[in-house]
Amino acid sequence: MSIASATERLPMPGMKVYNLKLGMWVFLLSEIMFFTGLIGSYIILRFAHPEHFAEPGVVLNVPLTAFNTFVLICSSVTMVKAFAAVEQGDQKGLRRWLLATIVLGTFFVGVQAVEYSVLWSEGFVPIAEQYHAVGRGAAHAGEAATAAVLGGPLYGATFYAMTGFHGAHVSIGVLCLIFVYLRARKGAYSAGSVGGVEIMGLYWHFVDLVWIILFTIVYLI
Amino acid sequence: MSTTEAVVQTHLDEHGDHGHEQSFLRKYIFSTDHKTIAKQFLFMSLFFLLVGGILATMMRWQLGFPSQPMPGAGGFPDTMAPGGIILPEFYNSLVTMHGTIMIFFAIMPLLVGLFGNLLIPLQIGAPDMAFPRLNMASFWLAVPAGLLMLASFFVEGGAAGAGWTSYAPLSASGEWTGVYLGQQLWLLSLTILGFSSLAGAVNYITTVISLRAPGMTWFRLPLTTWALFITAILVLLAIPILTGALIMLLFDQTIGTGFFRPEVGGEPILWQHLFWFFGHPEVYILILPAMGITSDVLANRARKPIFGYHAMVLAIISIGFLGWIVWGHHMFQSGMNPLLGTSFMISTMAIAVPSAIKTFNWLGTLHRGDIHFDTPMLHALAFVSMFIIGGLSGIFMANTPVDIYIHDTYFIVAHIHYVLFGGSLFAIFAGITFWFPKMFGRMMHEGVGKVHFFLTFILYNLVFFPMHNLGLEGMMRRIYDPNEYEYLQPLQPLNTFISVAVFCLITVQVLFAGNFIWSIFRGRKAGSNPWKSNTLEWSVPSPPPHGNFDGMPTVYRGPYEYSHPDAADDHWPQHLPPPRGGASEPHPAPAPSLAPEGVAP
Amino acid sequence: MEHLSWLLPESFSTFGQEIDRLYYVILWITGIVFVLTEGLLVLFLFRYRHREGGKAEHSHGNTTLEMLWTAGTAVLVLGLAVASTSVWHHVKRNVPEGALEVIVTAKQFEWTVTYPGADGLVGTDDDFNQRNTLNAPTARPILIHLRSEDVIHSFFIPEMRVKQDALPGRSIRVWFEATEPGEYVIGCAELCGLGHYRMQGRLTVHATDAYQDWLEGAMAEAAQ
Ligand code: HEA
Ligand code: HEA
Ligand code: CUA
Ligand SMILES: [Cu+2]
Repeated sequence: MSIASATERLPMPGMKVYNLKLGMWVFLLSEIMFFTGLIGSYIILRFAHPEHFAEPGVVLNVPLTAFNTFVLICSSVTMVKAFAAVEQGDQKGLRRWLLATIVLGTFFVGVQAVEYSVLWSEGFVPIAEQYHAVGRGAAHAGEAATAAVLGGPLYGATFYAMTGFHGAHVSIGVLCLIFVYLRARKGAYSAGSVGGVEIMGLYWHFVDLVWIILFTIVYLI
Repeated sequence: MSTTEAVVQTHLDEHGDHGHEQSFLRKYIFSTDHKTIAKQFLFMSLFFLLVGGILATMMRWQLGFPSQPMPGAGGFPDTMAPGGIILPEFYNSLVTMHGTIMIFFAIMPLLVGLFGNLLIPLQIGAPDMAFPRLNMASFWLAVPAGLLMLASFFVEGGAAGAGWTSYAPLSASGEWTGVYLGQQLWLLSLTILGFSSLAGAVNYITTVISLRAPGMTWFRLPLTTWALFITAILVLLAIPILTGALIMLLFDQTIGTGFFRPEVGGEPILWQHLFWFFGHPEVYILILPAMGITSDVLANRARKPIFGYHAMVLAIISIGFLGWIVWGHHMFQSGMNPLLGTSFMISTMAIAVPSAIKTFNWLGTLHRGDIHFDTPMLHALAFVSMFIIGGLSGIFMANTPVDIYIHDTYFIVAHIHYVLFGGSLFAIFAGITFWFPKMFGRMMHEGVGKVHFFLTFILYNLVFFPMHNLGLEGMMRRIYDPNEYEYLQPLQPLNTFISVAVFCLITVQVLFAGNFIWSIFRGRKAGSNPWKSNTLEWSVPSPPPHGNFDGMPTVYRGPYEYSHPDAADDHWPQHLPPPRGGASEPHPAPAPSLAPEGVAP
Repeated sequence: MEHLSWLLPESFSTFGQEIDRLYYVILWITGIVFVLTEGLLVLFLFRYRHREGGKAEHSHGNTTLEMLWTAGTAVLVLGLAVASTSVWHHVKRNVPEGALEVIVTAKQFEWTVTYPGADGLVGTDDDFNQRNTLNAPTARPILIHLRSEDVIHSFFIPEMRVKQDALPGRSIRVWFEATEPGEYVIGCAELCGLGHYRMQGRLTVHATDAYQDWLEGAMAEAAQ
């Protein structure tokens, strides 16, 4: 029964793509809608209240995040390498590249955490009533109290919402990567069965792509 | 080659729990069998349908007998109904929870959760959903969501009271309503339910695309499956928008962000745009499957092919598409730019066209038919006639100038119930009575069924048709006591009449509940195909075994070949091979070979 | 049972008639469609009910028919849409010149009306307020700057066919021109909290000269 049911539940003959991959594509469609909703709201709020949004770079640390973006892009490359490796049946390569992706992903989240804590200390918070962003440096120079507030509450709220939801996606991705990695060590994947690795890659590249968009509109524009 | 093995791999992962004999827990509670999950959704949502009905009855008590103690409600806490007299804030919670529960926990899980799970794999000839475990997760996410929603009645401040649309800023901070935790639970519950719906949608879409049996081409799908497929796409794309908005509102409520709070620069109207951008596709999520069910039942009970099958499919698709560009018709009076209002009016009016196609095609299906008036058919016919009324009232509201007067009056309330009760719920009754034998192997009692239908149909109209008139007299929605307004006082007799009719209406539902429960155990045994239907679910035993079909069925023709001249009987099942040189050849599509090479069964 | 009429209550504003006319046009169209479709339905149910040995006709449809009713509906509804745009813009966009201006501020659960003082301009410091009472002359349009202090309310004067949400943080222009002196009710049509049902105001429409008298009286009152 087990095998039978398994074979019966193959995609209908003639299907080019197997279920798991199709399912992941479908799921990513809904993810696109989710981020569209967030970005759309951001755009509406920003057009309605430009005064709430400070000049790029005066509040947010663009260089740091640019570097972080680079890190995430690298993690996409290592993910591709991992997939290439498993297609060649190169188990060692698969494990090595998966590990690299995990490390880079974790690093990205770590940097984001640091960024958050610094911003918070500078008064750049999502809580409307407590928002008093004074911009980079000001806080360190100890003149936080006197410095003029940059932007408004919507700036903080939208920033943390968008980057936060993306960060959550990365973190979940890292957990899944670890799961895939552990299975890889048990030799669950082979040139013949790349499924798990491939859909992991799909998700990871999607998250990466979303970040590039977010980075552009949140930090650069 | 490589992928196919991967598939076997993943399938073994998915379906690993099938080999050994299944424990009770696996079989009934944490089952991955789509039929069991369908039944779980059925029982859950019938329970919530009852809850929603009881909430409605309490509302109607207040409207029918303002500020008089509810009989037998002395036990209510003083924060809700001291001495059985409903308080304004409790009334608001009743309205809100009634709408929310009916839409999200009764009608949606019935149409999508029950019929989607039960019918999609069976009608396309698949042994189960593409991702059975995900399917199980979908149900077990819906349960905690429902519990949270119910729990909110018992927390401090009571349940959410800002309407099922929860417009900000009323809903964005407890200071306006006195409801803090209740509103937050409402938001949390719907967020969780969203994940449940998503899991289902991903499953349905994948299943329909990739698990159709050989010969089951797109234009041989039964209309129910077509409707459920398009519905799944709407769910997939609409729910994430709601989830995003819900979470933003939850942040406003809890950590104090200001997305929708004007006092700190937020935009209340942004909430309305997000909510209705989800909300209008949502209402089509609630009607498309109902239309599909109706089409199947009509064709079957009229023993006649559906009139204009391709047009019906195109209509479903275009309703699904147009549904995305009309959301502004809920916001004509919201302060949105009037120019936008005009364009939304035009797109909204356009939706009447595909709906017209469906309505007239249903009539065409009955024309020259051989109509059998069994309970499912009666409910399906009720759907058609009531959907026409609900749809036509939509035209009044779609008309921007007229909407100025009737917006947020009982005219809208009438519309809601003609499309959602007269439409969706009657189709659900049709579907439950029609597929009951497939679910439980027994027929529901025909006599009781008919009585339940006629009483429900009459009482339902007595309740909701006069609401049009209340609206035209200028009675607003969501008001605790119309008599506050002098010009509404003459309407009190009518309101009392409606309420009395409601009490009868809900009492009558005992017939359904009784019939339902009795038939599960005592109903007349049903064969595999009691309705002489063509579609695949009727080619297997009732209830179908685990894995549904032995081997893979092959499909030779469309689902509606009733009264075909070449067929021996007045129906011609999709899976029967054609007689030698018979009329319809098997479609050139996929060959019936089990699996591509490289897989050893 | 009375109050089951499908006629609208009488309207007393200049654009009221236009709106009502559209309503009756739609009532006719939908009424005919309703009778047609439901009539056919009942007819078919009777005519083609199952009889012993009866067999349904095997037909998959009729393309020309489908073309016809698709096109028919399209023309009808889109025509309807186009026909009603002008009224909509007249009511919601084209505020007439020389209107008398007031500010109406909604808050849980009352309407505060701000009238211009001696200078005849609202928003200046000789303005004066009245609670839940709006006064207007006949034969002169009144322009209301609609605001809200807390949540969303909806400014509803059934007999004037006026309805407009009041948004916190926004000032929305609403206008109407009353045709008959009299007392009219102002209601709140958007759920705004537990007092929503009793958030009621009065509109008093005076004959043109009577309005002047009222205004002077009110100003004098506000002065002390
Ligand atoms: C199943 C759910 C469902 C369905 C199918 C519909 C269908 C339609 N709805 Fe409805 N609607 C709701 C559920 C639904 N609605 C709910 C719940 C609300 C209230 C939300 C809230 O505020 O709480 C609402 C509110 C609502 C509004 C907002 C009113 C207001 O708040 O002021 C409007 C305005 O345009 C509208 C319009 C329509 C239209 C034009 C259709 C069309 O799709 C109808 C098309 C069908 C027909 C037209 C009939 C069949 C056609 C023929 C017989 C052909 C001939 C017809 C003509 C020539 C006209 N609906
Ligand atoms: C599908 C959705 C649905 C359904 C079925 C109903 C059913 C009913 N509704 Fe509801 N209603 C809404 C959706 C629905 N409603 C929505 C969305 C709103 C807007 C809310 C808002 O403004 O925010 C609304 C608002 C609304 C109002 C307006 C309140 C106000 O604005 O102040 C009123 C007033 O009379 C009302 C009444 C009723 C009544 C009397 C019923 C009766 O028909 C109920 C009769 C009972 C049943 C149909 C259930 C019977 C139970 C079974 C058959 C199952 C039993 C079987 C087993 C247990 C095995 N509803
Ligand atoms: Cu103010 Cu309702
Ligand atoms: Cu809508």
